[in-house]
Amino acid sequence: MRPHLDTPAGTDAGGSTGLFRLHPDGTASRGSRTYGLVVLAGVILFLLVALVFSPADTGSENQMGDMVRIMYVHVPVAVACYVAFLVTAITSIAYLWKRTEGWDVLAVASAEIGVVFTFLTLATGSIWGHIAWGTWWEWDARLTSTLVLFIMYLGYLALRGAILDPVVRAKRAAILGVVAFVNVPIVHYSVTWWRGLHQDATVSKVDPSIDGLKLFALMFGMVLAVALYGWLMIHRFRLHYAAARLEASGLDRALAERRAEARPDAVTADAASTDAVPTDAVTTEGTLS
Amino acid sequence: MAEHPGPRPGSLGALLADARLVAAKDLRLEWRSRVILSQVLPFAVLVLILFAFALDPDRRILGQATPGLYWLAVLFSTLLALQRSFTVEAENGVTDSLRMSGLDPGGVFLGKTAGIALHLVALQLVLLAGVTVFYGTTPHGPLLLLAAGATATLGLAAIGSILGVMAAGLKVRDSLLPLLMLPMVAPVLIGASQAFTAAYDRDPGAGWRWIAMLGVFGCLYTAIGIVAFEPLLEET
Repeated sequence: MRPHLDTPAGTDAGGSTGLFRLHPDGTASRGSRTYGLVVLAGVILFLLVALVFSPADTGSENQMGDMVRIMYVHVPVAVACYVAFLVTAITSIAYLWKRTEGWDVLAVASAEIGVVFTFLTLATGSIWGHIAWGTWWEWDARLTSTLVLFIMYLGYLALRGAILDPVVRAKRAAILGVVAFVNVPIVHYSVTWWRGLHQDATVSKVDPSIDGLKLFALMFGMVLAVALYGWLMIHRFRLHYAAARLEASGLDRALAERRAEARPDAVTADAASTDAVPTDAVTTEGTLS
Repeated sequence: MAEHPGPRPGSLGALLADARLVAAKDLRLEWRSRVILSQVLPFAVLVLILFAFALDPDRRILGQATPGLYWLAVLFSTLLALQRSFTVEAENGVTDSLRMSGLDPGGVFLGKTAGIALHLVALQLVLLAGVTVFYGTTPHGPLLLLAAGATATLGLAAIGSILGVMAAGLKVRDSLLPLLMLPMVAPVLIGASQAFTAAYDRDPGAGWRWIAMLGVFGCLYTAIGIVAFEPLLEET
């Protein structure tokens, strides 16, 4: 069921390969550093294109001017947040099917990053609203359903934080990950209809005309946001995976200590099998589990 | 199972028989303890009174806001009814007994959902009488009101059962359940309030698409619940 959880820490480090392998010294590796540098170069290039090279909005009827530029960030982070929650839903289904820990760790890593991107979507959307509509908040269908989405996934993370047993946590969170994602389109359509009864959607009226370098900036931003999501995923995944290893090894360590207390002559043998992990970190974690 | 003269295990008949057992157990618990009757119903009426205090003694505002206030009162009361329904389950290892009794998990889900739905129907009847008397509104379009009440109740009970068992047994369940539940049922609040508004405004045509949305919501989460209760009940 959970093939890795019961192996003693230390032996597992570096055991699996690729970007998602567990590194004993931290969450970075040569692959992720190279990836990160490429993304960083992309961000610099993106800022040049979005802020300097691309023209201000003059073609459309509402003439947003330089204010159009916030869209190159707002739309990509919104896309990334939906990608993140889609990944959480898919990995949650995969967990319920395979029941292996890796899928659960992917789901939580993706949900955390998704919540951050959702917050950025709301913040940039609110700034855009202040520019376009003159208010920090408008009960626009897209903004409102994103806010509900944000609180829904805060609930997902809260549920995870409330359960100590890793298997129970993974199972309940996986079901919530699916249930919440199924709810996303329903919330969206109900809010859209709800708005539609009172007045026309406001956003479509202020959508600027997008072509040429502006379209390129928008597309480039989307690719970059998803790439950034991928980079964050590598680090969050490794961190959660290492935390789970530590938690499991803490239990092994505590068991070994109790066994050693029962058999004083066997202390050296038990200690030798577990001393690959720093003692202080393990015992602190061990008391929690 | 030769000595067991019931429907074949795993069939739809067995599922519904298990559901009836669980629902009957919950209703019997309520009949003997009367917690919903003596605590949740007064709370629901209290919410109606508090809305009046918060808004205005002027019945015009209350009358206009009746559909929304009614469904908000239903939502808050639903949370209490759910806490009650799953607290009795989490204590004394009842969940383990249910699991070991050989009941179909899908049947347990349907039973819990039916029990909660029946409690909600009673709550809604009282609340409907409450808004009629206190807010001075006269209900119109009985068919639309009935359809909205039925579909919304199914949705609330189904998703409430899924989230209720998810939060059951946790120390933080009292604060966690509203956080999980309320954003999820935002479509129910919107749909049911709009359908009621259409009915009260004597414009039933505008209400029926909300009924369709509520129906889809309710059936979707009923289906998810039947499948999801197996991993939720099996625990470690």
